Amino acid sequence: MNAQAIWDTHKATIIAVAVLIVAALSTLIVVPETQQAVKIRTGQPVAVINKFEPDTPYGQTGAGLWYRIPMIERVQYVDRRIMNLDMEPQQVLSNDQQRLQVDAYARFRIINPVLMVERAGSEETLRAQLAPILSSTLRQELGRRPFAALLTAERGNAMANIRTALDRQARQYGAQIIDVRIKRADLPDGSPLETAFTRMQTDRQAEAETIRASGRRDAQIIQAEAEADAANTYAAAYGKDPEFYDFYRAMESYRRTFEQGSGESTMILSPDSEYLRQFRGQR
Amino acid sequence: MRNPDGFPTKPWLSQVLAMAGKRNPWGKPQGDDGSGSDGGDPDGAPSKPTADTPPPKGPRNPWLPPGRGGSDGGEPPRRSASIEDIFKTRGPEGPRRIGGGGGGPNFRLPERANGKSWLPLIALGLAGLWLVFTSTHQVQPKQQAVVTWLGGKYSHKLGPGLNFTLPWPIQQVTVENVSEIRSVTIGGEGEKLVLTGDQNLVDLSYVIRWNIKNLEQFMFQIDDPELAIREVAESAMRAAMAEQELDQVVSGEGRAVIEARVASRMQQLLDAYRAGVAIQGVEVVKADPPAKVIDAFKDVSAAQQDANAMRNRARAYAQQVLARAQGDAAAFNQIYEEYRLAPEVTRRRLYYETMESVLSKTDKTIVEADGVTPYLPLPEVRRRAVTPPAGPAAPEGGAGR
Repeated sequence: MNAQAIWDTHKATIIAVAVLIVAALSTLIVVPETQQAVKIRTGQPVAVINKFEPDTPYGQTGAGLWYRIPMIERVQYVDRRIMNLDMEPQQVLSNDQQRLQVDAYARFRIINPVLMVERAGSEETLRAQLAPILSSTLRQELGRRPFAALLTAERGNAMANIRTALDRQARQYGAQIIDVRIKRADLPDGSPLETAFTRMQTDRQAEAETIRASGRRDAQIIQAEAEADAANTYAAAYGKDPEFYDFYRAMESYRRTFEQGSGESTMILSPDSEYLRQFRGQR
Repeated sequence: MRNPDGFPTKPWLSQVLAMAGKRNPWGKPQGDDGSGSDGGDPDGAPSKPTADTPPPKGPRNPWLPPGRGGSDGGEPPRRSASIEDIFKTRGPEGPRRIGGGGGGPNFRLPERANGKSWLPLIALGLAGLWLVFTSTHQVQPKQQAVVTWLGGKYSHKLGPGLNFTLPWPIQQVTVENVSEIRSVTIGGEGEKLVLTGDQNLVDLSYVIRWNIKNLEQFMFQIDDPELAIREVAESAMRAAMAEQELDQVVSGEGRAVIEARVASRMQQLLDAYRAGVAIQGVEVVKADPPAKVIDAFKDVSAAQQDANAMRNRARAYAQQVLARAQGDAAAFNQIYEEYRLAPEVTRRRLYYETMESVLSKTDKTIVEADGVTPYLPLPEVRRRAVTPPAGPAAPEGGAGR
């Protein structure tokens, strides 16, 4: 029992099995859940397998094992999933002449594979056709708005308009635009970015100076209040007897000036002075 | 072509062994030829070169000294080795062509005791292994699996545990980690500047945490779910940032709002795509002013500190002034109480005490003013000021008289 013997006894079977396998491979196709398939018979699309229907649950969509006639029928797969259409970042000029670097994406799905195969051929071609349409509609739509509006909530409205405009074009290729979103909106490099930085910087410098100035103002107020309080306290005390205050303060002043003051002092006294009154003997 | 031990002998092997003889490029002595050909087939290929047959013009051994050729007994000079010599004796066609077939159709499997072949048993075993390995699936707790018919039509989903399906390729199983929370970091390396609502720029980096909530949708609905998550995140984050002012973003008070808004907006969009993804959370990791203006931002907080420092200094000064005023007033009040009891005496006492204390430390010159205009030698006065006070004290007294 060796290979030769097997070959000899089962020659017919082996050949039949091989032919069957080849026939099966060229006839049967497996359509995955993620793909739609267009059956093209001698250049003419005849059927769509696993066509996208929004509400059909998976398992009942028509994906799975299918057949085709070899040589005559050809099957082209078309993606059934939601696909991404990316765009090169674009400079958009808003209607107040400000530049903004915008990067957007669109999500689309092929809902009419036959149209897609006829008009575009493949997903890649379709993307290449749609991308310029996306960027030009984006520029048109955003160019009508002021710069500030591009950043804020009005974006939603603009995006809906762009989506509608792009969808109108995409339908011709059998595709449906599900969503258009801006993922980046930046100031372009160079002078717009630099001036924005300068503005931020000066803004902060002004804030810092304001804070410092208010600090200084508060400090002055605090000092002035304290001095006023002190004056009040002095007045309350000394006001009881201004004449005595004059004397008392003079005494204190003498001590400070001559005793604690710096520098040697020499006094030339007149014998008539009050201090030397007793010095002369009572007159 | 079989040796007694049952292993087929490759003719090229014996040829190689024979080559270990005199034509071996490492120059082994000729006497070893016999042992070299022992392992060889006795009725080997006719063209097989051994020591007994006249030596073919094999390659010359380049390592042998040229003189050796003579001592070998008039052996004809050999040609140089060429690359063809190597391939002639190796590879499938070389020796087989010469040796008349190697393993090939004559190869036979070992047989069972009853003489039957092992082949059916091996085939059966392989089939069994295939069945066992491709139809039982162990799904880990975090995972789920999708079963498809022939990799096409969706059949059903497998939960955690041991599951059985039809064997591959009739049913194919794709296991995916479903409940594990994955994270995507956006931004982080380099600067990623985002515009805020007041048209300022923020260097932003954030993390999206997500997991799969519907495996069929995740697998069949979107062409690249992770790319979709990133793009949706960027779009939602920019929209949320445009609703906030720079200060709220940088200081952190607006971050919770941003995170919540981004998460809900992302979930809304992904649900609209039916992506089968659940957003578990969005965390802003970094929201800093751009590097170019960060100094100005730091200066603002420095200014805050400066202002506080100025206020503190002013407060300290104010306390000093107040305390002194209170002290002075209290001292005056004390004295004044005494003064009121005996005004004249107290006044005199204060006067004399002060004068005493003042004059005791100064130079004194007393000038008799009556009728005499004194001549004051100012340098003299100054000189006396420098000399010890004891000296001038006496003449002063005299002058006073």
